[in-house]
Amino acid sequence: MDPSSALTSVLRVDVARRFAGGFRLSAVMDVELRPGSMLVLFGPSGAGKTTILRQLAGLERPDAGTIRLDDEVWCDVTASVWRPPQARHIGLVFQEPTLFPHLTVRDNIGYGVRHGSDRGRTGVGPGSDPVEEIATMLGVKDLANRHPRELSGGEAQRVALARALVPGPRLLLLDEPFGALDMPTRARLRRDVRGLLHRTGTPAILVTHDRTEALEMGDAVVVMIGGRVRQTGPISDVFSHPADVDVAASLGVEAVVPARVLTSSGGLLEVAVGSAGRDVVLQVAERDALAPGADVYACIRAEDVTLGMQLSTHASARNHLEARVVSINAEGPVDRVSLDCGFPLDALITRRSREELNLTPGSQVTAAIKATNVHLVPRI
Amino acid sequence: MDWSALWLSVRLAATTTVVLLAIGIPIAYWIVFSSWRGKFLVEAIVALPLVLPPTVLGFYVLIAIGPMSPLGRFYARLAGHGLPFTFEGLVIASVLYSMPFAVQPFSAEFASVDRRLLEASWSLGVSRFDTFRRVVLPLSIRGLVTGVVLSFAHTLGEFGVVLMVGGNLPGVTRTVSISIYDAVQSLDYASASRTSLLLLIVSFVILATTYSLQRSVWIRPRH
Repeated sequence: MDPSSALTSVLRVDVARRFAGGFRLSAVMDVELRPGSMLVLFGPSGAGKTTILRQLAGLERPDAGTIRLDDEVWCDVTASVWRPPQARHIGLVFQEPTLFPHLTVRDNIGYGVRHGSDRGRTGVGPGSDPVEEIATMLGVKDLANRHPRELSGGEAQRVALARALVPGPRLLLLDEPFGALDMPTRARLRRDVRGLLHRTGTPAILVTHDRTEALEMGDAVVVMIGGRVRQTGPISDVFSHPADVDVAASLGVEAVVPARVLTSSGGLLEVAVGSAGRDVVLQVAERDALAPGADVYACIRAEDVTLGMQLSTHASARNHLEARVVSINAEGPVDRVSLDCGFPLDALITRRSREELNLTPGSQVTAAIKATNVHLVPRI
Repeated sequence: MDWSALWLSVRLAATTTVVLLAIGIPIAYWIVFSSWRGKFLVEAIVALPLVLPPTVLGFYVLIAIGPMSPLGRFYARLAGHGLPFTFEGLVIASVLYSMPFAVQPFSAEFASVDRRLLEASWSLGVSRFDTFRRVVLPLSIRGLVTGVVLSFAHTLGEFGVVLMVGGNLPGVTRTVSISIYDAVQSLDYASASRTSLLLLIVSFVILATTYSLQRSVWIRPRH
């Protein structure tokens, strides 16, 4: 399917649920699902992410509220409208690969098209066998005759993904599907899933509490904390401009800015950071091989930014940036200095250094960052 | 050896088992998947024969299918004869008596199927009934086999209920256990001993075969 031929869907959720332990879920979100795009449902454990995902799948009901996808009402408690999971045309992948243990890989992947109400709708073009095609895309075609107990964790999760995608779902729901896998397997699978969503034009919602995963895979993010949606937006906006302290804390303490790799030589990358016209070039120690032109997020921890009045203050640091102090906020025994150096950046300094440097909002200062302290997350 | 009594017992046990397979699966499904709060009442009723004296159960069944009850009259009008002291009457009593031996293994096995497998199936557009047929049932073979074998073996050896509902009509309601009782009453210990030994061996072979099948066929070791 050509991704551009599918239309952007709009998902509107406004649900409430009260749990026996006293936890209350009250989530409102209104999100666009572009074909092939990925929305990340991000938040700490216990934030209610999985509950929302299960309500979207039709496996749990809210006490009150509505869920709509475009003009379809999936749930409206007041009007007693409830669309069962069978009628929602979604794909679902759990953290553990829950394959049917009595069926072969081939029968698992073909289960939905063979027995489901979605018979005939597939994620691939007409004339091709969707089971073959998607199994090939996910690299599990050669496992067709095996049983689930003969698969590794990564293989089983690939089969679970294929099973969910073959009936051509309108929306793929992923509940931390990479969490149980080892690092290299996880990285490969993330890349393959991204590619597959683009090829099939399927939009997806990914539940995760892993910020690297969110940055790598997400286009947009919904941040949930304590049962509520606290911020929604494009991933770089949310990560670089958290709405409040709680959101900032849940996203991590680093500054996250979009960047592009310019050159690579001798273990050092040159990376352009910031909006067009005000590009700042950073030197970054190369950890993973990244080709020039690659889009990345540059992550810099506030503890790793040192401030001084002259360029020579920290000779060992590769990056010296001219910055203007935007604001200063006390954070326990240290001060958090928000800077504008072509992109937003925070620095943590002791109160004493702040006094010695005589920093006030509007001051000019030099921010020094070591090449090894800039962490790049590739966009896939 | 009372071969006609043995043959009758085998027929009764087989019929009862088939009926229990047909009605035990839906009852077990309902017990496992219903969200009705009062379902513990149904579970308790199904389990009653485990603790109730067979004579008490037999007495109530006799009353329920007798000519004074609506069920008994309805059947009499339909069939031309009453239910007590007939093979059909015995089947009804045996089904009730052996119900927990079928329903409990069935429901225990249904409940042990990973709920997420059902959710995965539903999300793939497969109806609840088809999900039960294609996922729950195939994964519950062990529980089904156990329930079938236990119902059969339990019915084969029943005594009190049969005596209350069926009496002791040779070839019609005189089962193997009643025949043994008769033999002992008439001090024919040799016949009682032969029949008892046969019943012991048959029951043991059935159970041993079942357990060995479950080990070697249904639980394949992981590679």
